[in-house]
Amino acid sequence: MAVAPIITSRFEQEDAHTLDGYLATGGYKSLRKALEMPPADVHEEVKTASLLGRGGAGFPAGVKWGFCPPGVWPRYLVVNGDESEPGTYKDRLLMERDPHQLIEGCLIASYALGLSQCFLYVRGEMAHAQERVAAALNEAYEAGYVGKNICGTDFSVDIVLHWGAGAYIVGEETALLESLEGRRGMPRLKPPAFPASFGLYGKPTIVNNVETLANLPWIIEHGGAAFAELGSEQSTGTRMFAVSGHVERPGVYEVEFGVTTFRDIIYGEEYAGGIAGGRQLKCFIPGGASAPWFYEEHLDLPLDKAAVDQAGSMLGSGAIVVMDETTDAVAACHNLVRFFARESCGKCTPCREGTAWMEQILARILHRQARPEDLDLLLDICDNISPGFAWPPKMTTICPLGPSAVSPVTSALTRFRDEFEIYIAASTARKRIPVAAV
Amino acid sequence: MSRFTDENLRLAREIITRYPKPRSAMIPLLHLAQEQNGYVPQDAMEQVAELLGVSAAEVLGTLSFYEMFKRVEPGRYQVNICHGISCFLCGAGELLNHAEEKLGVKSGGTTPDGMFSLEAVECIAACTEAPALQVNYRYSHRAAPETFDELIDALAAGERPENGAAIPQHGILANVRQHIPAERAAGASSPDVSEIPVWLGEGN
Repeated sequence: MAVAPIITSRFEQEDAHTLDGYLATGGYKSLRKALEMPPADVHEEVKTASLLGRGGAGFPAGVKWGFCPPGVWPRYLVVNGDESEPGTYKDRLLMERDPHQLIEGCLIASYALGLSQCFLYVRGEMAHAQERVAAALNEAYEAGYVGKNICGTDFSVDIVLHWGAGAYIVGEETALLESLEGRRGMPRLKPPAFPASFGLYGKPTIVNNVETLANLPWIIEHGGAAFAELGSEQSTGTRMFAVSGHVERPGVYEVEFGVTTFRDIIYGEEYAGGIAGGRQLKCFIPGGASAPWFYEEHLDLPLDKAAVDQAGSMLGSGAIVVMDETTDAVAACHNLVRFFARESCGKCTPCREGTAWMEQILARILHRQARPEDLDLLLDICDNISPGFAWPPKMTTICPLGPSAVSPVTSALTRFRDEFEIYIAASTARKRIPVAAV
Repeated sequence: MSRFTDENLRLAREIITRYPKPRSAMIPLLHLAQEQNGYVPQDAMEQVAELLGVSAAEVLGTLSFYEMFKRVEPGRYQVNICHGISCFLCGAGELLNHAEEKLGVKSGGTTPDGMFSLEAVECIAACTEAPALQVNYRYSHRAAPETFDELIDALAAGERPENGAAIPQHGILANVRQHIPAERAAGASSPDVSEIPVWLGEGN
């Protein structure tokens, strides 16, 4: 059953990105309401809402907020708008179409937790989103919603717009902090670098995704309990999903979280409308390039964090990529692995070497220059990056990028091994191509 | 002229003040240098180092991590064709082949007249509009060989592409800049000053 949209409610409204357009539809009402509540009560509403982080890991935001050690100041807010997981397309829309909603969310979080400065990190490639957020911030500063003595109270916080410069890894929260400190975006070792206790400049820092924060105005207006009533027990509220690939109507849809099924969103007339050209489904990625693949038998699973985790994959960043029966599983697998190989930051050996090796092996399979032992070799490398192919992955690396590259390989090799074997049988190369050569 | 103009130097200094530590302004300042020059020349890196109080090597070390920063002047138009999974499924490979043929350069190359640089790039977050591309970080959705040709021909002729956004020179990202009016600023929050925010009051 379709519920009224929460975060995309203004997407059809032409002037929603302007302050006037936002104010005309109840904008900044939640901020005023929050400012009349004790900050701890605002935090409590978010806990009651059971709002899961919308960036990928799906950790409850209210709980994450609670990890800030008491009495350690200052605390910072860093907004993760570095959306770059293949298949993921939602945060850019939220920033372009309703930037004030995000700003209001940042303000509510800052007020609740005593965050004294906010950095809004927008992906470098998103020029239009940067423009819309900059314009919205300029208006909000002028009107007294951001900066010193917000709405005439003693609540003051600056929101600084910061652009990235092209690096997927910076979406990882500790890499994001490194980047914001003016360094190469390489993840930090956790522990000790859990951002809530040891974040930006070593101070407690909340790192939240754009979509997560965009939910806060609604939660404050309607109450955490009303939010928790939507969706399933653990996956509350609504969520944005981008359905792309071989579907009739690729699009971004906000649906009730935890209730809507993959079949609904992929085949539903009001959503993606089924496989393009009436072809059959081969497989789909339920949560971005990092997620293990799903098949026909998973279609009736709900878009629910617990259900998808239990089935051996993840909802990740809300990116559903659909592949039809004509898709070459080897080529798709190579495409995904190449992404991780290119984006590996190089800090951890298993990921830096392993992703590049896997990319090269997959490339030579595709070029019909494979060696008979290549499939075992691929699995051996996978096992070195993520021992035992366990789910959730066991890691030999600081961050999940390396294990993410394992997902498409083990998925494709488990389900479509015959397609790899056709390539290997067709391989005519006599000469061995050294693995390390580029 | 690759050190900051007076206006950009003033802006650079203002940007630095927004951050609790100057080094955080590294990426913003490099973007400003790239905006002014179309790429980040050596002496711009040296000036950024001076402004931030770090060595030029640290600036280069940071800059070289990020794909958008160019150390060699690219074409006037940086054409980035997405080859992420969704675009790949919807014909990005064919589009890239066509683009290489049309422009006469391989991915990574620049046309001899200095007009176009072509690059196959990772996901640009337009997955439902595949195959997608960007010219100087402005999107074209559902690109096909014919529409690609129209876009390139229009740009080569110095025209604004039909139904497309105006495309500024390489290096200019947002046309709108954030301004924090001095009288409205809450101010950067130094990590070295441990103060409970006033609105929390006592007992929080």
